[in-house]
Amino acid sequence: MQSQPETLGLWGIAVALAGGAMRGSIPYMFVSLGECLTEKSGKINLGMEVILLMGAVTAFGVSDVTGSPWLGVLAAALVGMTLGALHAWLTQQPSVNDVAAGIAMIIFGSGLAFFFGKRFVAPMAPQLPLIDLGSWSSAGAIRSALRISPLFFIGIALAFALHWIFTRTSWGLKVRAAGDDPQAARALGINVNRVRFIAITIGGALAAIGGAHLTLYFPGIWSEGISGGQGLMAVALVIFAQWSPRRCLAAALLFGGAQALGPSLQSLGVNGYYHLFNASPYLLTLGVMIATCTPHRRLAGMPGALGRK
Amino acid sequence: MNALKTPPPHLEACGISKRFGSVQALEDVSINVQPGSFQALLGENGAGKSTIVKCLMGFYHADSGEIRINGTPTRIASPQAARRLGLGMVFQHFTLIPSMTVAENLILARPNLPFVIDWKSETRQLADFLKQAPFQVDPHSRVSTLSAGQKQKVEILKELYLETRLLILDEPTSVLTRDEADEVLGFIHRLVKKGELSALLITHKFREVMAYCDEVTVLRRGRFVGGGKTASLDVSGMAEMMMGEARVRNEAVGTRSPAGRSVLRIEGLRARGDNGLEVLHGIDLTVRAGEIVGIAGVSGNGQRELVEVIAGQRGATGGRISVNDEDHRPTRAMLRNHKFCTLPEEPLKNAAVARMTVAENMAFGVFDQPPFQRAGFLLDRKAIARLGRDLIAKFSVHPPSPDAPIGELSGGNVQRAILARELSSGQVSVLVAANPVFGLDFKAVDFIHERLLQTRNQGVAVLLLSEDLDELLELADRVLVMSGGMIVHETTPEKADPAAIGRQMAGHHS
Repeated sequence: MQSQPETLGLWGIAVALAGGAMRGSIPYMFVSLGECLTEKSGKINLGMEVILLMGAVTAFGVSDVTGSPWLGVLAAALVGMTLGALHAWLTQQPSVNDVAAGIAMIIFGSGLAFFFGKRFVAPMAPQLPLIDLGSWSSAGAIRSALRISPLFFIGIALAFALHWIFTRTSWGLKVRAAGDDPQAARALGINVNRVRFIAITIGGALAAIGGAHLTLYFPGIWSEGISGGQGLMAVALVIFAQWSPRRCLAAALLFGGAQALGPSLQSLGVNGYYHLFNASPYLLTLGVMIATCTPHRRLAGMPGALGRK
Repeated sequence: MNALKTPPPHLEACGISKRFGSVQALEDVSINVQPGSFQALLGENGAGKSTIVKCLMGFYHADSGEIRINGTPTRIASPQAARRLGLGMVFQHFTLIPSMTVAENLILARPNLPFVIDWKSETRQLADFLKQAPFQVDPHSRVSTLSAGQKQKVEILKELYLETRLLILDEPTSVLTRDEADEVLGFIHRLVKKGELSALLITHKFREVMAYCDEVTVLRRGRFVGGGKTASLDVSGMAEMMMGEARVRNEAVGTRSPAGRSVLRIEGLRARGDNGLEVLHGIDLTVRAGEIVGIAGVSGNGQRELVEVIAGQRGATGGRISVNDEDHRPTRAMLRNHKFCTLPEEPLKNAAVARMTVAENMAFGVFDQPPFQRAGFLLDRKAIARLGRDLIAKFSVHPPSPDAPIGELSGGNVQRAILARELSSGQVSVLVAANPVFGLDFKAVDFIHERLLQTRNQGVAVLLLSEDLDELLELADRVLVMSGGMIVHETTPEKADPAAIGRQMAGHHS
C-alpha cells in the first residue's frame, strides 16, 4: 500500500485528503440527509447515532450470511426504517419530548446492536465493490486513495433528489409546512402526523445506509465503537448546513476531510499528534456549535416548529 | 377563472345547538347568509361565534339543527367538504407557512395537488390569477418578510384562488392598522357588491360593522339575542345586545391628579430581535408619576422586544433605563427598591409557571422576604396560602382555589392573578403593562381597565402598550406611536387623529 511518501509530497497529501474526505463523508452524508428530512418535518431524531450502529451491524450480518453486500445495504435500510418508525411513533405521543426519546433510543439501540454484533466481532463480511477513480495514476498510494465506494455517488444523487423533493413536489411542500407551522399546515388540511411519520421513517432508512458503509467498506469488520459519535455529529452538521440538503453534502465532505486528516498524514509518514488529528471532527463539531449558536437570534433556515408538537 | 361567474351559495343554519361537556356552547342559533350579502357576527368571547362558524366549516358537527345550501339540507362532514361547497375561512391567526413564498403557499393550498408539481403551468395560472387580483403581491416574496396587512391579503387571495364563494372571516383585522383594515374590508365589500362573494365577518369592532356590513347577528352565551339590517341598528343598541347590560364605569377608580415628576425614563434603548437584527433603534421615553403613557403600534414593530428588555427577558445592546434617576436593571433587589411592576402580554407564558399553584405564582414577588421566608431559607407555606386567598378575594379570581395550577385558569383569571401579584406589594411606583386585555371578554376588560386607572390615580407611572388604539385613546394621558423600532409620533387623546395615527403606525412618517 505504502509507496514512497517523499516522492508524493504536498500533492500526495492533497490526493490522500480528497480520497479520505470522499470515503469519510459517506456516513455523515447519509445521516445528515436523513436528519435533514426528519428536521424539515419538525422533529429531531438524536437516535440517528444508534440507527447508524444498527445499520452497520445489520449490513454486516446480512452480507456475511448471504454473501451479497447489496442485500446487506437493503436490510440495513429496512432496519433503519423500523427504528425511524419507532421514533416517529414515540415522539408523536402526547408530552413525549424528541430529545428524551432520542436518548432513550440510543441506550436501547446500542444494547441491541452490541447483542446482535457479538457473533460478528471476529470475521470479515463481503464488501461493496469499489469504483476506481485513480486508474490514471501509476502511484499506488494515489490509486488506493481514490478507490471510492458507490455509496458516495448515491449519496450525492440523494442530496440533489431531496432538494428537488423539497422544492418541486407537493409532498416536499407538505413536509416543510409541517415543520414550519404545524397549526397552519393542519388548517390547510395536511395530515401533519402522517407526513412527519413518513419523513422520520425515510430519514431512518437513509441513516442506516450510512451505517452499512461503516462495515461494508475497508477494513470491513464490525466493532462496537464503529460509529464513533458520527450520528450525533451529523445532527450538528445539519445545523451547520442550515437545513439544506445540498449544503449537507458540502458539510459532510468537510467533516469527512477532518476525519481523514489523521490517517492521511500518517500514511505519508507523519506520525506525531496522530490522536490529536483524529479528534479533528469533534473539534470541528464544537467549533460549528459555538459559531452558529447564539441566544440572540434564530438560526437561518431553521424549521419554525422544530421539536414542537 | 370562469368559476368566478358561479354565484355565491345561499347558506342557512337553522336551530344549531352544540354542547361541549357541561357547557352548552350553542343553543338554537340560526344564521341566514343571502347570496351577495355581507353579514356580521357579533358577540363577546365565549358567545359561541367561533363554534357556529366551525360547525359551518365542518370542523365541528352540530348536536342538532340543520345546515341548508341553496335550500338543500346538507351535512358538512369536514373542512374539505365545506371547501367543495364554496365555503372558505380566514382565521384570526395566519395559516401561511412563514418560510415559503407566496406562490408556494397558494399552490400548497390547492386541493388534489399532484405529487410532482408542474411549476411552469402552476406559475402561469397563478400569474393570470394575480393579474386580475385586486391587490398586488409579489408571488416570489417569502411570507415571513411580509407585513401583517400583506399576510392577511394573501390569506384572502388564497381563498379567492381556491374559488371560495362564501368567505368567513374570523376577526381578520385584529392585527391590522385602521387603514389596512379599511383596505381589506373595502375590497371584500366591493366583491360582495359585484355579487361574486358572500361574506360573514366575526368581529367586535362596531365601526367595521357599521361601515361594511348589511346585516348583523348578535350572540350572547350561545344564544341568538338580536340582529337585523345594520341600517336599522345603532352602536349602543348592538353593544347592549352583546353584553346584556349597560357598561358602567366603576366610581371607585378615583380621580386623576396632575402628573408629577418623571419616574420611569428610557434613553436610547437598543436591542436585537430573534433574528439577530436590531429591532429597537434607540427608544426614548419618559413616564411621570400619575400618568398613563400609551404606546400604540402594529404588532411586530418592536413592542414585544421593548417589554422583554424592560422585564429582563432580553438583553439590551445599548441605552439606559432609570427609575427616579437611578439606574434600573431587572434584578429582584432593584425591582423591589424601585417598586417596579410588569404585566407582560401572554402572562401565562411570560409571568407565571403554569404548573405551579395560583398561590405560589402570586408569591413570586415576595417568597424570599419575611414573613414568607423564615430563617433565610425556609418557606412558610401557610403564609403563602394566606396571601393567595387574600389576593384571590381582592381581585375576584375565579375559581377561588389557591391550590389549583395557574395554567388551568382562563385567560382573564390568569391576567387578574398576575395583576394581583404585581400590585400586591403595597406601594408601586412603576407599572408596565403589555396588551393587558388581549382576548378577554368585556367584564374582564372593564376590570383590568379600572385597575389601571385606579393605579394611575394613586400616583403610579404607568406604561401601557397596546395594539388596540381605541383602548389607548380611552385610558392614556399621552400616546406614543411606535413603528419600525422607533417612537415616531406623540399626541394626546384629546388632540389625536386616529387616521393620522394609523398612517404613523403603518410607517408613513410625515
